[in-house]
Amino acid sequence: MADTQHLKDLVTQVRRDIVRQVHAVSSGHPGGSLGCTEFLVTLYNEVMDHDPSFNMDGINEDLFFLSNGHISPVFYSVLARAGYFPVSELSTFRKLNTRLQGHPTTHEGLPGVRIASGSLGQGMSVAIGAAQVKKLNGDDKTVFTLHGDGELQEGQIWEAAMYAAANKVDNLISTIDVNGQQIDGSTDQVLALGDLRNKFEAFGWDVITVHKGNDVDAIITGMKEAMDLTRKGKPVCILLHTEMGNGIDFMMGSHAWHGIAPNDEQLAEALRQNPETLGDY
Amino acid sequence: MKIYENTGSKDTRSGFGDGLTELGKKNENVVALCADLTGSLKMNAFADNHPERFFQVGIAEANMMGIAAGMTIGGKIPFTGTFANFSTGRVYDQIRQSIAYSDKNVKICASHSGLTLGEDGATHQILEDIGLMKMLPGMTVINTCDYNQTKAATLAIAEHHGPVYLRFGRPKVANFTPENGTFEIGKAVMLQEGTDVTIIATGHLVWEALEAAKTLNEKGISAEVINIHTIKPLDEAAIIASAKKTGCVVTAEEHNYLGGLGESVARTLAMHHPTAQEFVATQDTFGESGTPAQLLEKYGLNAENIALKAEKVISRK
Repeated sequence: MADTQHLKDLVTQVRRDIVRQVHAVSSGHPGGSLGCTEFLVTLYNEVMDHDPSFNMDGINEDLFFLSNGHISPVFYSVLARAGYFPVSELSTFRKLNTRLQGHPTTHEGLPGVRIASGSLGQGMSVAIGAAQVKKLNGDDKTVFTLHGDGELQEGQIWEAAMYAAANKVDNLISTIDVNGQQIDGSTDQVLALGDLRNKFEAFGWDVITVHKGNDVDAIITGMKEAMDLTRKGKPVCILLHTEMGNGIDFMMGSHAWHGIAPNDEQLAEALRQNPETLGDY
Repeated sequence: MKIYENTGSKDTRSGFGDGLTELGKKNENVVALCADLTGSLKMNAFADNHPERFFQVGIAEANMMGIAAGMTIGGKIPFTGTFANFSTGRVYDQIRQSIAYSDKNVKICASHSGLTLGEDGATHQILEDIGLMKMLPGMTVINTCDYNQTKAATLAIAEHHGPVYLRFGRPKVANFTPENGTFEIGKAVMLQEGTDVTIIATGHLVWEALEAAKTLNEKGISAEVINIHTIKPLDEAAIIASAKKTGCVVTAEEHNYLGGLGESVARTLAMHHPTAQEFVATQDTFGESGTPAQLLEKYGLNAENIALKAEKVISRK
């Protein structure tokens, strides 16, 4: 296995960015952001072939669509630290006149964002459209999405899942953040999702499970496996098992930190647990 | 008085279908999506000519809107096709977030709008779609009046960058605008100059407005008739100029009076030149089953009622 220390350092720094952004405006969604930090850091720095100079059409680039837009703090941090826009701009998160809106949007012209998301369940459809156009354009790159597990309660996801398999959209890798939590409680309590592997397989997808979804090495292995399955006639689903609030002990193991911000003391403790690695914004 | 001749009744949806067929041949970036209504939308020829650019999404309109938004990434110009109800009310949030707010170059093409869908009844007869679409920031809203104009509009919206709602219908109606005419988005068309009353109509009711003008003319009333095919952006200058000339206005549309063309005209006049106005539109009701002609008569969306409203509004001057 290649040395992944640089990714782990980036993960720690992104965690600091997440809690600092949310703390500064006392709003935002740290729990899911922290749970998906290792995944997005790995995707943007180890897996995707992408160009931070940013062109909306993304010809001959891998594309990523964030469907669960509320985890914008991690998305913005990963984009900024990949070079899409200055990391200093993270200080404008959710403030008036910012490009870093509460939920991601193309409307303010933030480089790296190709669709607005926040109203759940729409990103897979958008990604399918982009993936089919890649095929029309003779572009052999891959389209990635990320969804919350609670988001799978939206019916449009299953319209899209049916369509992608029926139309052999096999340049699409959709990852489900399986953290078992949503706003009102656990997914089992709110609306049980059932057997997700069986559901996606029944819809005609190839399914990979990454049990250690907060482990960079496990994610790399899972993504390689997923990439190997592309262009074989089926869309690919990754069931990424994560811990909401990962990396900050008091935010883990609960849905409580879905959408609330840490206070000053909690921020200090969160930062103490994640020492600065690449420089704060 | 200018006399307009019906060159042979045709459905506006066929104008869309034929426009799309032509676009398919001349613009390789045009792609089309349909939710199991290819025949009804007259998209068969495009689908046959360009199977690689035609996407059958099944009965899944929400997914269709999302896919269309995604297809703009990479430079395509997606045209979606389904009934007006399923093009708007059913998928409002998908259009709002993934298309309008995301500034995507999607053309939402909606057939079977209004009461003239006929026998299928109120579940399918949306009378609120103009309102829904005109409220979305950045959305262009077009309601064409006949076959020729619908074909011209279909060609024109491909050249316009930004989301568009193109509304047309099912029944065969008079075809009277010029064949292969130009279509300028946002530009009112003066059909008949007059001095006593202005009739501002959109969609299927434009022909009815011309018929009403004939009746009024026989009574010695000079009616000006303006075809507003683009409800947003609205040609305010044309409306204000005509209201200043005639001093009263009748608006006519196959839509609820709440949220439709009439309200846009009223807002324009209230701000710039307060003018008496009567509304030919449905009165905050759902539709019902019946033939298109029966429904237009029952709900007062015809030449006879436009003429009555014209006389009424003149009396209010």
